[in-house]
Amino acid sequence: MALSKPYLDVPGTTIFDADQSRKGYWLNQFCMSLMRAENRQRFLANPQACLDEWPMTEAQKQAVLARDLNRCIAEGGNIYFLAKLGATHGKSFQQMAGSMTGMTEEEYRDMMISGGRSIEGNRRTGEGGSAQPHCQPQGSAPRPGF
Amino acid sequence: MARITASVYTSHVPAIGAALDLGKSGEPYWQKVFSGYDASKAWMRDHTPDVVFLVFNDHATAFSLEMIPTFAIGTAAEYAVADEGWGPRPVPKVIGHPELASHIAQSVIQDDFDLTIVNKMDVDHGLTVPLSLLFGARDPVKDAWPCPVIPFAVNVVQYPVPSGRRCFALGQAIRRAVESYDQPLNVQIWGTGGMSHQLQGPRAGLINREWDDRFLDRLIDDPAGLAQVPHIEYVREAGSEGIELVMWLIARGAMADVAGGPKPKVAHRFYHVPASNTAVGHLVLEN
Repeated sequence: MALSKPYLDVPGTTIFDADQSRKGYWLNQFCMSLMRAENRQRFLANPQACLDEWPMTEAQKQAVLARDLNRCIAEGGNIYFLAKLGATHGKSFQQMAGSMTGMTEEEYRDMMISGGRSIEGNRRTGEGGSAQPHCQPQGSAPRPGF
Repeated sequence: MARITASVYTSHVPAIGAALDLGKSGEPYWQKVFSGYDASKAWMRDHTPDVVFLVFNDHATAFSLEMIPTFAIGTAAEYAVADEGWGPRPVPKVIGHPELASHIAQSVIQDDFDLTIVNKMDVDHGLTVPLSLLFGARDPVKDAWPCPVIPFAVNVVQYPVPSGRRCFALGQAIRRAVESYDQPLNVQIWGTGGMSHQLQGPRAGLINREWDDRFLDRLIDDPAGLAQVPHIEYVREAGSEGIELVMWLIARGAMADVAGGPKPKVAHRFYHVPASNTAVGHLVLEN
C-alpha cells in the first residue's frame, strides 16, 4: 500500500516525507557539512569541487549552484538543512524564505510586517490565493534564488 | 518530591537570537517582540526554577538524516551551543541535570513511551532562543544560565511527526515521572516553537492569526480537545512549520489540571506578528 499523503493539495508547499527524504539524502547531508566553518570556506572558494565530493545528482548540484531553494526542495532538500547553505552565503531565514516567492527582499519583508501571507485562498490547490500555481512568481525579484 | 510548578510556551525564531546577539533588540521592529517578554522575565526572576525541562525541536543540527528520533531526552551533564552555519550563538553552554533526566527517562519508558536517550548533543536556536527570551542576555563566558536544563527534542523535520494526542499523553507521563523523583525540586516545563509560519515554497510567509488565537484559547481551556487536532490541520492552517505547535501539548499535558487538579493560572499571554517569518506566541501558566 502506498504511503498516505493527505497534504498533497496544500498549495506552494512540499512536505518533507520519507520519499522526499530518500530523494534528498545526499543533498541534505552535504548541507550538514556546512555547519563547520572550514567547510563553508572551502565551499565558497570552490563550490563545484565541493559538490563533486558528494554522490548528489546533477540536478541537485545545479540547484545548489543556482541558490534556488524551490529547486533544491523539488530535488528532496529540506529547509532546515538548506538553511546551512543560506547561512554559508550570509543569508537570513527571512531572505531564504522570501527567495522562494518571487518577491524582492523588501516586498517580502513588507508582506510580513503587514501581517504575513493570508490563509484565505491558500488552504487548497484550486482556490484563489497568492500561493497558488497560477500566481507565481509573486513579486518583482529579477530571478529565482537568493 | 519534585513538582512541576509552571509551564512556559514560546516561539523560538532564530532571528530573535540574532537580534539579541547583534545588539538590535532596541530597534522598533524588535522592541515589539521583546516588550512582550518583559513581564515574563520579571515573573521568571521571582519564580526561577531548580530545573527547566525544555521541549524543543532540533533543526537538522544534532540529528542529520542519519538518525531521526521521534522523542529524544538529553541525559548529559552539559550541552555545547551549536554552529548552525552562522557560527555558534554567543551564549553560555547549557548545564544538564543527568540525575533527574535519567529518572524521567526510566519512568517514561516504563510508562510505554519509547524515548531515545542522548548523551551528546549540541543544542540549536530551538533551545537557546527561549532561554534568552526568558532569562535575558547572558555573557557566554562570564555568565551562566540560572538553572540546569533537560533538553527534550521532538522530530518535526521529517513527516510524520508525533500526533498532538501522543504529545499530550507524553506530557502526562512526564508529570508522573517528575512527581516520583525524591528530591524536592521546583521544575518548569517549557514547550517551544510555532506559532503559524511557513519557511518554504511559494506559500512561505503564511500567518493565520485567527487560528493561532484559537490555539492559545484552547491550550488554556480545552487542551484535551486541542490534542485531537490532526497533523493536516496544522499544515493547512498554520503552515508547514506551524506543526511545531504539537510540542506545546507536551508541556500542557504536564499541568496539574490534566491529572484532576485545579485549572492553571494564566500569568502572561502575548501574541505578535511578525518576527522574521513567524507569528510569535507566548504563554505562562502557573500550577
